[in-house]
Amino acid sequence: MATQHSRSAARLMMTPAVILLLGWMLVPLTMTLYFSFKKYLPLRGGDLGWVGFDNYIRFVSSSSFWPAVASTLIIVGGVLIITVILGTLLALLLDQPMWGQGIVRILVIAPFFVMPTVSGLVWKNMFMDPNNGFLAHLFNAFGAEPIQWLSQASMPSLIMIVSWQWLPFATLILLTAIQSLDSEQIEASEMDGAGWFNRFRFITLPHLARAITVVILIQTIFLLSIFAEIFVTTAGAFGTKTLTYLIFQRVLESQNVGLGSAGGVYAIILANIVAIFLMRIVGKNLDA
Amino acid sequence: MARAVTPRRKMINTTLAWSVGLLIFFPILWIIVLSFKTEGDAIKTPIEVLTSVWTFESYLVVQDRSDYFKHFSNSVIIAMGSTLLGILIAVPAAWSMAFVPSKRTRGILMWMLSTKMLPAVGVLYPIYIGFIKLGLLDTRLGLIIVLMLINLPIIVWMLYTYFREIPGEILEAARMDGATLREEVLYVLTPMAIPGIASTILLNVILAWNEAFWTLNLTAAKAAPLTAFIASYSSPEGLFYAKLSAASVMAIAPILILGWFSQKQLVRGLTFGAVK
Repeated sequence: MATQHSRSAARLMMTPAVILLLGWMLVPLTMTLYFSFKKYLPLRGGDLGWVGFDNYIRFVSSSSFWPAVASTLIIVGGVLIITVILGTLLALLLDQPMWGQGIVRILVIAPFFVMPTVSGLVWKNMFMDPNNGFLAHLFNAFGAEPIQWLSQASMPSLIMIVSWQWLPFATLILLTAIQSLDSEQIEASEMDGAGWFNRFRFITLPHLARAITVVILIQTIFLLSIFAEIFVTTAGAFGTKTLTYLIFQRVLESQNVGLGSAGGVYAIILANIVAIFLMRIVGKNLDA
Repeated sequence: MARAVTPRRKMINTTLAWSVGLLIFFPILWIIVLSFKTEGDAIKTPIEVLTSVWTFESYLVVQDRSDYFKHFSNSVIIAMGSTLLGILIAVPAAWSMAFVPSKRTRGILMWMLSTKMLPAVGVLYPIYIGFIKLGLLDTRLGLIIVLMLINLPIIVWMLYTYFREIPGEILEAARMDGATLREEVLYVLTPMAIPGIASTILLNVILAWNEAFWTLNLTAAKAAPLTAFIASYSSPEGLFYAKLSAASVMAIAPILILGWFSQKQLVRGLTFGAVK
């Protein structure tokens, strides 16, 4: 059915999407690259000429760079560990026969649909506030001293908030994967006398491996660029300044565009490293 | 898995799952409770909160003080606008890739996916300055365009995976029966494609509604959607728990309801078809 005529029609139908995405990718990217080689301070003199790789060197040698890399890794790593482990357990639980399964699923998935600014502010004020928050009341009720969550335990608090948002995503995807598991295989292994743990270890887990990889890669891409949760809770204070947040501050708060753009280029490179792995998995699926 | 289980086992599963489910849902439940309290009661201990009077006051105050409906309509216009514009551009593209695949289809799909991986912060300044130059800063049109572009790869991908499931034999059969191209598209393909298009719209409205990088950085007062409106509560004055709760409930309720209908599409859309 693919005649010459339909081929050129097909190409024509694809053109708008391709051109738009090409423009969306190339124009800002080229500008970011361009600015990254300039000393450019819009509020203090504007374009002050070419500086070579100066911005790239200054960005990594500034005192806030390595702490930002560390915070980024801790948040991404922490959230991944929590969501993958709890998500797997939760998916296994939700797969069991029970009453009201549909409703429980709805309850578990709900946090994913809460906009990031709402979950950030709700956790910060209604739960983690050291005076009036729910957790403070809870601690008081047990005679314990309430924790100053976002200042004294800023990273665990932030990881908790973000994990709450992403646990539903991991659970939902892993549950979908578990449900596609061949039940005959499980039954056969049961008849062969395999215990619960061995069934999980040798049948369920290998089956889930691909879904877990997908969860890890997709979440990593989103988590590397979390912004609103930090913006409304700590605004980058108390050691929660991630790479994304640091670049945001350089570009929009201190209006050092050259420096921020160099940071942006680093962020793009970092995201691309993760993306390559994800694309390989998705690409394999295209052939199937 | 429809395996027989003892009632006792089922009882344990049910209890455990409901406890975990309620625990995860609790923060949402709690802001619903707080939104129906007075500011003075909202900061009391949980027991006192539950036993105090219930009132609609906060909902009215939020509308009066901060013009909630303006932000709400901004959110609706931006989320719907960007999604529909994206669909308009993506349907022909996904259509041609699914039905007239060429050697380059796979490469184009992968490349589209790769644009989604571009971290927003990396191109923040170019977009920001471009918006100022074009007069798009703090306009709904500007956000519609940006959100359309960031979601376009997901839209194309989702549509592609749906379209690819439409069997080609049906088209051939229709053609054998003497259907013209117009009839083929109108009576055979469109009805089969509509569920997929609807699912794609649903998921992308949700994603656009909750997007909180560009909406925070590219709006001020005029075009601010709910994400930015809620963020204005991060520097509060005086008692505000009940008001923040009411505003939050109103901001998440519509999408929570839509989201519950889109569980399946969520998996497919966000994993680019890698998990189905």
